[in-house]
Amino acid sequence: MDLEYSPEYREFRDEVRTFLDENKHRAPNAARMIPGRPNSPKEWQQLLIEHGYAARTIPKEYGGYGAEPDILKTRIIAEEFARARVPTGHSGDNRLVPTVLELGTEEQKQWLVPPSVRGEMTWCQGYSEPGSGSDLASLSTKAELDGDEWVINGQKIWTSGAQNADMMFCLVRTEPDAPKHNGISYLVFSMDTPGIEVRPLVSMMGDAFFNEVFFTDVRVPKDQIIGKRGEGWFVANTTLRYERGGLGDPNEAENRLNRIVDMMKRETVSGERLIDNPIYRDRLLKLQGQILAMKFNGMRVLSHNIKGEEPGMARWIVKLNGCELNHQMAGLAIDVLGELGLLYDGSDYLRDGGFWQARYMLDLGLIIGGGTAQIQKNMIGERALGLPKEPKVEAA
Amino acid sequence: MDFALSEEQRMLQDSISGYLESACPLTRVREVAEARDDRAEDVWEELTNLGVHGVLIDEDYGGVGLGYLEAALIAEALGHAVAPVPYAASSIMAPTALAMAGSDEQKEAWLPRIAGGEVVVGVGVTEQIGRRETEGVTSADGKLNGKAMFVLDGASADILMIASDDGGLHLVDPNSPGVTRNKLKTIDRTRTVAEVVLDGAPGDVLAGSVANREPLLNMIDVGRMILAADTLGAAQSMLGKSVDYAKERRQFNRVIGSFQAVKHMCAEMAAELEPCRSLVWYTAHAYTAIPEEGRLMACHAKAHLAEVGKFVARKSTEVHGGMGITDLLGLHYWFKRIGFNRQLLGTPELVREEAARVQQWI
Repeated sequence: MDLEYSPEYREFRDEVRTFLDENKHRAPNAARMIPGRPNSPKEWQQLLIEHGYAARTIPKEYGGYGAEPDILKTRIIAEEFARARVPTGHSGDNRLVPTVLELGTEEQKQWLVPPSVRGEMTWCQGYSEPGSGSDLASLSTKAELDGDEWVINGQKIWTSGAQNADMMFCLVRTEPDAPKHNGISYLVFSMDTPGIEVRPLVSMMGDAFFNEVFFTDVRVPKDQIIGKRGEGWFVANTTLRYERGGLGDPNEAENRLNRIVDMMKRETVSGERLIDNPIYRDRLLKLQGQILAMKFNGMRVLSHNIKGEEPGMARWIVKLNGCELNHQMAGLAIDVLGELGLLYDGSDYLRDGGFWQARYMLDLGLIIGGGTAQIQKNMIGERALGLPKEPKVEAA
Repeated sequence: MDFALSEEQRMLQDSISGYLESACPLTRVREVAEARDDRAEDVWEELTNLGVHGVLIDEDYGGVGLGYLEAALIAEALGHAVAPVPYAASSIMAPTALAMAGSDEQKEAWLPRIAGGEVVVGVGVTEQIGRRETEGVTSADGKLNGKAMFVLDGASADILMIASDDGGLHLVDPNSPGVTRNKLKTIDRTRTVAEVVLDGAPGDVLAGSVANREPLLNMIDVGRMILAADTLGAAQSMLGKSVDYAKERRQFNRVIGSFQAVKHMCAEMAAELEPCRSLVWYTAHAYTAIPEEGRLMACHAKAHLAEVGKFVARKSTEVHGGMGITDLLGLHYWFKRIGFNRQLLGTPELVREEAARVQQWI
């Protein structure tokens, strides 16, 4: 066990701190930014790339900083930006860009990666369909080759940010006669292509972050495919791997818990501070124990990753537990606030800008999105514990 | 930065687990439990040879001088095997207090004999955590009066370490006049606790514990850490048995582990338990490396492992169906071991309240 950073990394941390001290005033307002949305202003992003704090491991020739991958340095950057409450930059799109760099042609890399990294080409993901959620590989949006073009017909759903995105990466069925996993291809195309219709899907939070996207004879050049025909499922799994890595960050959970502690010391009910109420306090302490356990589990996973080892079970549980804990924390915060916890949409007595109600709903969405809690349990059971899959049911 | 066990620590883990797997199977545990013996004599002796009882004790006093992380890894292995031997109080709590508060004479008198497996020390601190029936123990002019309940590892201990209400830690010979000891029957027959009644009994106070509660509090911290590690091992064993059973047992022409209802119980156990390993490791490492966090982490490890242990014990029993509650299968030895660890040295609610005080929330 060695929980200290070595001198090389301490020096790097000091470098990041100095940068933040000197440039913090140029950063966009963190409070207005929602994680996962590519709304970091372009000047800030450019400054971060120049210093190696964004697009760090993306090669220089594709607009990145071109550093060797170093998990600890990536983590130090994230930690220090979070500590300074300064928004981080991005790497273009953390699902699309690594996938193109790994599996795209040279031409595709030149076309897609540099503008994405600069924030000039934004992306949405066309995976889920009304009839294909957890069973994604059953998707039926089809693309047929007509001369030099794919012709796409069908529908996607839960498409985050589709109304603002410049481009979509999309799974379509191109080999209708092949077994379901082998009949899918991965296409990329502009959202301005004729025949695409985006209909906002208003969520329980009241926003229209998700969309339905309809395709009617959408024509896309033949070479806008990543990987080969029929290999889209394999390509998509590369992407999913990158997406899942980002869910359930234990450091973020600890910060959030500390905000609840502060709130419980501040808020009173019938003249008593909430922290002085043993029942509320016990709920808080239970969560603290769970969050600490997940924090240290995260350190263990990190150490395995640094050494290039497979973390095993410690990794499989991160999404399930992390999302659940976040949801429970938001639930506690709302209960701490009592009636005040109901306020929303900029009411006068609102606490923390309505953060907790928004999180309570958003975090429930995250328990479902990116592989539901039940699908996570199947994966833990089957892949980590080696339990057998459920017998297949033949299609009716 | 490396949150992982060293090569030496993994070897220690393997050697203790390997030994217990071969020499302390359920059949041996059952023999000890059914005979109501206080310990498995053969296992105790071999663990002495492996350095278990001297894990924390300095080489100057005949121990192996390792740290709390190693001590926790041993506890995990003992819990995994539900090994019927004293450990938490005798090999960890008592040496911790002696090293911190004992005089040179007291250390010389006891540490080498603990490390050498010659004596078992019973530790009585229950009254300083949560007092029930008793009024506690008072000390005046070298004489002790009162009653100490649930003296851990205490049934046939050769020497007792009893905490008095002022925080003093007193070495008491159970055979001296004024001492009455009764073994208490609990659900768990793999460890022992005793009631010790003191009526003007002579005590040898640890010099450093006079007017200083820290040795007592430290001893409770490390005891909690060790019981948490023991639960980690016992719960991991129950999860493993559940998964094995779910892969074998067939109903409706399928192994039951292919049903999501059963698979998800196993996955939930794993998801709850896996982070506990890191919590226990961190707690044991932090106790010496990051002392300002030690007490808080010991509280959280104790409380959280008690909760997760209880969850796993229940779910694992359910996965086994009717067999889970039979003596024939013997799963109950793990169930009861986890239950014992939960109640001793502070229930989760009490320990979490302590965590609140440590953080000065109240």
